[in-house]
Amino acid sequence: MSVFEAKEIGVSFGGVRAIHDVSFAVEKGEIFSIMGPNGAGKTTVFNLISRFYDLDQGDLFLNGERISNIPPHEVAARGVARTFQNTELFENETVLQNLLTAHHTHRRTSFLSEMFFFPKVRRQELKFRETVEDIIDLLHLQSYREQRIDALPFGARKIVELGRALCLEPQLLLLDEPSSGLNPEETEDLSFWIEDINEELGVTIIMVEHDMNLLGQVSGRVMALSDGELLTIGTPDEVREHPDVISAYLGE
Amino acid sequence: MDFISLGTFVQLLVTGISHGCLYGLVALGFVLIYKATEMVNFAQGDIMMWGAFIAFTLASTYGLSYIPVVILTIFVMAMFGLLLERTIIRPMIGEPPFAVLMLTIGLGFVLRAVAGMIWGHDEKEFDTPYSVDPLILGEVSLDYEQLVVVGCTIVLCLGLYVFLRFTRFGVAMQAASQNQLAAAYVGIPVKGVVAITWCLSTAIAAVAALLVAPLQLIYPGIGFVVGIKAFVAAIVGGFGNLSGALIGGICIGIVEQFVGYAFEGAYGETSVYVLLLLMLFVRPQGLIATIQRKKV
Amino acid sequence: MRFVLKTNYAQDINLFLHNGQRFWYGLLIAALILAPFFLENFYIGELTYLFIWVIAGAGLMLLIGYTGLVSMGHAAFMAIGAYAHAVLFKLGVPFLPSLLMAALISGFLGAIIGVAALRMTGIYLAVATISFAFIIEKVISAWRPVTGGHRGFIVPEPVMFGVDFGSDLVFYFLCLVIVVVVMLLVMNLLRSPTGRAMVAVRDSEISAQAMGVNLVQTKTLAFTLSAAFTGLAGALYSHKIGMLFPENFTIFLSIKLLMLVVVGGLGSVHGIVFGAMFISILPQVIAIVRDFLPSWLAYRRGLEPLVFGAILLFFLMYEPLGLYGRWVKIRAYFTQFPLYRKSTFKRQKSYLRTERVH
Repeated sequence: MSVFEAKEIGVSFGGVRAIHDVSFAVEKGEIFSIMGPNGAGKTTVFNLISRFYDLDQGDLFLNGERISNIPPHEVAARGVARTFQNTELFENETVLQNLLTAHHTHRRTSFLSEMFFFPKVRRQELKFRETVEDIIDLLHLQSYREQRIDALPFGARKIVELGRALCLEPQLLLLDEPSSGLNPEETEDLSFWIEDINEELGVTIIMVEHDMNLLGQVSGRVMALSDGELLTIGTPDEVREHPDVISAYLGE
Repeated sequence: MDFISLGTFVQLLVTGISHGCLYGLVALGFVLIYKATEMVNFAQGDIMMWGAFIAFTLASTYGLSYIPVVILTIFVMAMFGLLLERTIIRPMIGEPPFAVLMLTIGLGFVLRAVAGMIWGHDEKEFDTPYSVDPLILGEVSLDYEQLVVVGCTIVLCLGLYVFLRFTRFGVAMQAASQNQLAAAYVGIPVKGVVAITWCLSTAIAAVAALLVAPLQLIYPGIGFVVGIKAFVAAIVGGFGNLSGALIGGICIGIVEQFVGYAFEGAYGETSVYVLLLLMLFVRPQGLIATIQRKKV
Repeated sequence: MRFVLKTNYAQDINLFLHNGQRFWYGLLIAALILAPFFLENFYIGELTYLFIWVIAGAGLMLLIGYTGLVSMGHAAFMAIGAYAHAVLFKLGVPFLPSLLMAALISGFLGAIIGVAALRMTGIYLAVATISFAFIIEKVISAWRPVTGGHRGFIVPEPVMFGVDFGSDLVFYFLCLVIVVVVMLLVMNLLRSPTGRAMVAVRDSEISAQAMGVNLVQTKTLAFTLSAAFTGLAGALYSHKIGMLFPENFTIFLSIKLLMLVVVGGLGSVHGIVFGAMFISILPQVIAIVRDFLPSWLAYRRGLEPLVFGAILLFFLMYEPLGLYGRWVKIRAYFTQFPLYRKSTFKRQKSYLRTERVH
């Protein structure tokens, strides 16, 4: 069974069809990429999966369960984490606090027990800290640990956001242009991390990406979108050479 | 509720609409600022109160006649708007909206306190050439003051609409509100646009003041009371659009009059706030929705 | 400059970072315990007021400073707490349970407003809370059989188990205990998932949701707790002022509370205390300064609101991080001397980009 499936999904904003009749399925352990020219509706697909937008048609399934009308935080609770194109971190907090926040879905204490800081809460906090430190080690964020987000350069923010998504311990990870704003060296690191996350942590990944090199390196299958319509799904090479894709990028 | 005669009904309706137009006018002032800068000016009501006092001073102390008072008041208030923008608002460009909101609350307090010190706390009367015997139509008696309010509001709204929609400045203002940086890149003097917007908004407050002064007694607290109701009006109408502010204003003006009548004058004002809370429960985006959620 | 060597994750979780802090806070508590035995009654009373402001401020800070929801009607919750307590107590409910029930009632009404506030931010919320405060004020003045309306309501002397809580000394210690408990509760909350969820909602609602934070729950909870703490402060306040009038709880009180959190420093627990100190000292300062002002100015009505408003303006324009922020800067200046750079605390400005359609 697929980890994630979109069936004939569609949405329009004020009469403009942003996504129309797109279907795809992502298998467990896969790295699935979405590409397409600007305005093709890539991020919109993510926002639909996160349930920030309501579907006009079609359905979304996670592990065979319909998630088309659950609230956004429920999607996260079922193990779907995401990053954002221009980063959406908690600006006034430290990196550590940001990562800890992502453990919210694992919390097993009520606010009353937290107010009295019962031993249960303390144990839970320690456990969160341990997993956060693992992620910090994985992504080499040690030097930023105590820094506030608003003091970080953009590249570091992207990595912190990736780390924050991982702290949610997701089964499905949505990466929205993870390489935008990174220099070639950082992009190289990123491609290794993505492979590590996929292989070692066993996380299924859906990724919106422009960088064809990165796509070719890590991606299993690629879906090409244009003007909200699905062009083709295939291996990176197949998609790159598909006539519809070429004409979508270069124009008629 | 007792049986209402048709005459009373029309009477209440007209009074409600004229009060509503006033709330709408004040609301127009800060909706304008909100549209241009996404700043919320909580002191709009108090700025209006200053306008009323300035008009009063010009008329009673300096003995000017009505037309010069009108022109001078609008001019003085527009300058006052420029001054405020220059000294208090400009340093706050780029600060979070919450800070500006708080700032204008503080500004309102200062304006009210200073007005109290200058003009005292007792109520003042302001007369106009049209403060004459009311127009009697059957059982309905209509004050000319009320009719003038409605007329002026309509004219001003139309003027503003045309100005924002069809003039270069209006377009520049909209551009600046959408994206300050991009607007600056294409050569729009963003700071200037903000300044003129404030100027315009205080001028509108002056007009509102000139209309409210003959209708009610003037005292330092009037701005706050009218200001809050204007906010309610803007929210009921859907914050951030001009027609919504006016429609919202008229709605609450009417509700206020009728509830006040039903409870013999006791709960008119309170009903406005209840209406707001109900509205926020049922349709939080207002009658005409414009604010969308943030894009990611 | 002090460097703390961390050897254990547990260290970050502790309330106090190092022994130095523990020492200073211990000293502060000791001083507060001993203080009433050395001070005149007037100062004991003033300190008690300070504690009450801290409790109310803690409630508002949780809401504004940590969850990012602006309430301009918190006087209403103080009023609800004060009247609920006074009425219950008069009906024969024992003193401490009545205090708690007042907090609960206030919290419950806060929850209702919280639900209304769910889809509101910024200005909407500010106006909604002001409206709520006006409605409460009206209800209090109109509901004469229970609240006494404008004729006032005499708060009975607080006695329980034969202890007269009304004496300045006993009441002082009662408030001290409550302040310490409330501050501990707030600090505990802030270092655990709920507190982080609140901060997440403040900084980015979108992102908070993507991390699994339930917006509805978090905002409602923030409002409930905030109203409960403020209500508790109101209940204590009722005994200090002795006689309740609707005029005690007007918009001016709301603004005073708002000023407490802004001047103290938004988003900091220290800020609550600094802010509370500020608003309790300010009226005294104004009274003293009055003697030096020319007579035409000194006894004009409105001097106090003028000063309050002007100080609010000043802080927002020049020190948005409040007294606590100023303190951090001064401390940094001395610990890093002579290497302190002014740009360390330079503010980031952001340029407006709106997501509106029109």
